[in-house]
Amino acid sequence: MNWRAIAAIARKDLRAVSRSKGVMFPLVLVPLVILGGLPALIASVTPLIPPEAMAGMERFMEKLPQALRAELSGLDVEQSLLVLALVYFLAPMYLVVPLMVASVIAADSFAGEMERKTLEALLHTPATDAELFLGKLLSAWIPALGVAAVGFLLYGFVADICTFRALGRLLFPNPLWALLVAWVAPAVAGFGLGTMVLVSARVRTFQEAYQLGGAVVLPLLLLVAGQVTGLLYLDLTVVALLGISLWVVDAALLWYGARTFRRGVLISRL
Amino acid sequence: MVRGTVVIEAEDLRRRFGEVVAVDGLSLEINAGEVFGLLGHNGAGKTTTIRLFNGVLPPDGGRVRVLGLDPVREGTLLRRRTGVLTEIPALDGRLTARENLAYYAALYGVPRSRVRRRVGKLLAKFGLSERADELAGNYSKGMQQRLALARALLHGPELLFLDEPTAGLDPVAAREVHALVQDLSQAEGRTVVLCTHNLLEAQRLCHRVAVLEHGRLVASGSPAELVRSLSRGLRVEIELSPEDREVVEALRGLPGILEVVKAHPGILEVKVASHLVLPEIARVVVGAGGSLFRLSPREPTLEEVYFALHGREEAG
Ligand SMILES: Nc1ncnc2c1ncn2[C@@H]1O[C@H](COP(=O)(O)OP(=O)(O)O)[C@@H](O)[C@H]1O
Ligand SMILES: [Mg+2]
Repeated sequence: MNWRAIAAIARKDLRAVSRSKGVMFPLVLVPLVILGGLPALIASVTPLIPPEAMAGMERFMEKLPQALRAELSGLDVEQSLLVLALVYFLAPMYLVVPLMVASVIAADSFAGEMERKTLEALLHTPATDAELFLGKLLSAWIPALGVAAVGFLLYGFVADICTFRALGRLLFPNPLWALLVAWVAPAVAGFGLGTMVLVSARVRTFQEAYQLGGAVVLPLLLLVAGQVTGLLYLDLTVVALLGISLWVVDAALLWYGARTFRRGVLISRL
Repeated sequence: MVRGTVVIEAEDLRRRFGEVVAVDGLSLEINAGEVFGLLGHNGAGKTTTIRLFNGVLPPDGGRVRVLGLDPVREGTLLRRRTGVLTEIPALDGRLTARENLAYYAALYGVPRSRVRRRVGKLLAKFGLSERADELAGNYSKGMQQRLALARALLHGPELLFLDEPTAGLDPVAAREVHALVQDLSQAEGRTVVLCTHNLLEAQRLCHRVAVLEHGRLVASGSPAELVRSLSRGLRVEIELSPEDREVVEALRGLPGILEVVKAHPGILEVKVASHLVLPEIARVVVGAGGSLFRLSPREPTLEEVYFALHGREEAG
């Protein structure tokens, strides 16, 4: 493995992406909205819920899993709602961020390179198929992790500031989110990446890849729905298992992706 | 590389895409130091041939060795020693010219400590220093072509593949590229494989050419050889005095003359089998008491040969 070539590919793709407004816009806006705007909105709206509505909330909470109700014991309805929303319900939304960053950059790096017709010269270089593949993976995976880490700091900071008065303690950091950031977020990024590699092998443009690949967000929305309906509760075990299964899926996707990423195949598609 | 060594050796090379046979039993040898032309229309199989030679595309059959290596199994080794100017410059428009070159310098393994100087030197050589820090996407076609050529030379390759280096360039830019190619071959001694559909370009730059048609090699040799062996007959213009009618009649009977193309008073244009007929013509004219003002053989251009070949292919 020629790490210098791998790093050169990753660095070049990142640099090119950072100069592309169409790609940078969602990369900056979505994390800001989800990780900055959403916690602030929830924290400021919760205290405004009228008491009549709070009664309904209590009935909703009674339907939550036993273990989760235990977590919330000793809190009033408003406090419970804050913890529920910020620690549990929004957790899958947090995962949208590394997923999206990885997918968008990978779409640009894989499908975009083909669309801009810059791939042919790259295939004529001594870089091996594996080096090209790895360089392109890293160009999307590393920024996804970076944005996920910085995004978590933003999210925790905003959530703590907005809820400290109501709760009297800090919600973040906590073990559940530590696991989410360090274990699940990288796996989710890998999932977006692996999907995009497969999608890019079937489409011709960045836009097509981006739109098709956008479907990867759906499983995360199912997680949100699962929790809101009380079917699911993201405790440490569930999050750890979620991480493991994602890593396994990632390995399968990338193994298959690497097999399709052959210069002889790629050049025939140009 | 010693001049005269065989650099590329292909034998019965084949590649198809579904129903289309892109390269069909190609056999040829290319020697070190020569500028070798692959001449053919769009779709003749030139680009596919380069991809096969550089190990980017595996062949379906046949054998090829390039710089002594097997392009499929030893592609990485091979590509460290070859440079390619692709048909489309394939520069990243979101990177500056300098960044484009530095990127490929890393891919081609130019030692880190030499990258800056090497890039600067090539930018200067190709007249791009002034605008080296502009995005390549804003470059004109000619500048992009020069930048792509500079990129192909970063690592000092022994063997260069140039795929239609002047397609789409204006005549001035094309002439610059021609001068650069000649310099690469003559001053620097690199072997160049040049794809083109432009006959004048082949005639001007190439030591030898292979004419491709539907992936098949239909003729090869030096441009002059091709012209000689493939033009059926040599055209000769004979200028006489307008009164020399008997001389014309005498010439019509000469066995070496294949055909009388034009016969105007004072000018006779004929096709002869070979150069050897020229002295015979002079003797006949003089012997018949005529006045010979001019006897000029007109070598056909490669273009005429090309169309002759093409017609033969179409017919056959
Ligand atoms: N990847 C491919 N898929 C399908 N057909 C191809 C592919 N590459 C080349 N061809 C076909 O093979 C033939 C030769 O193409 P090419 O080598 O590009 O010719 P040239 O470079 O001389 O114009 C053409 O008919 C072309 O359509
Ligand atoms: Mg071509």
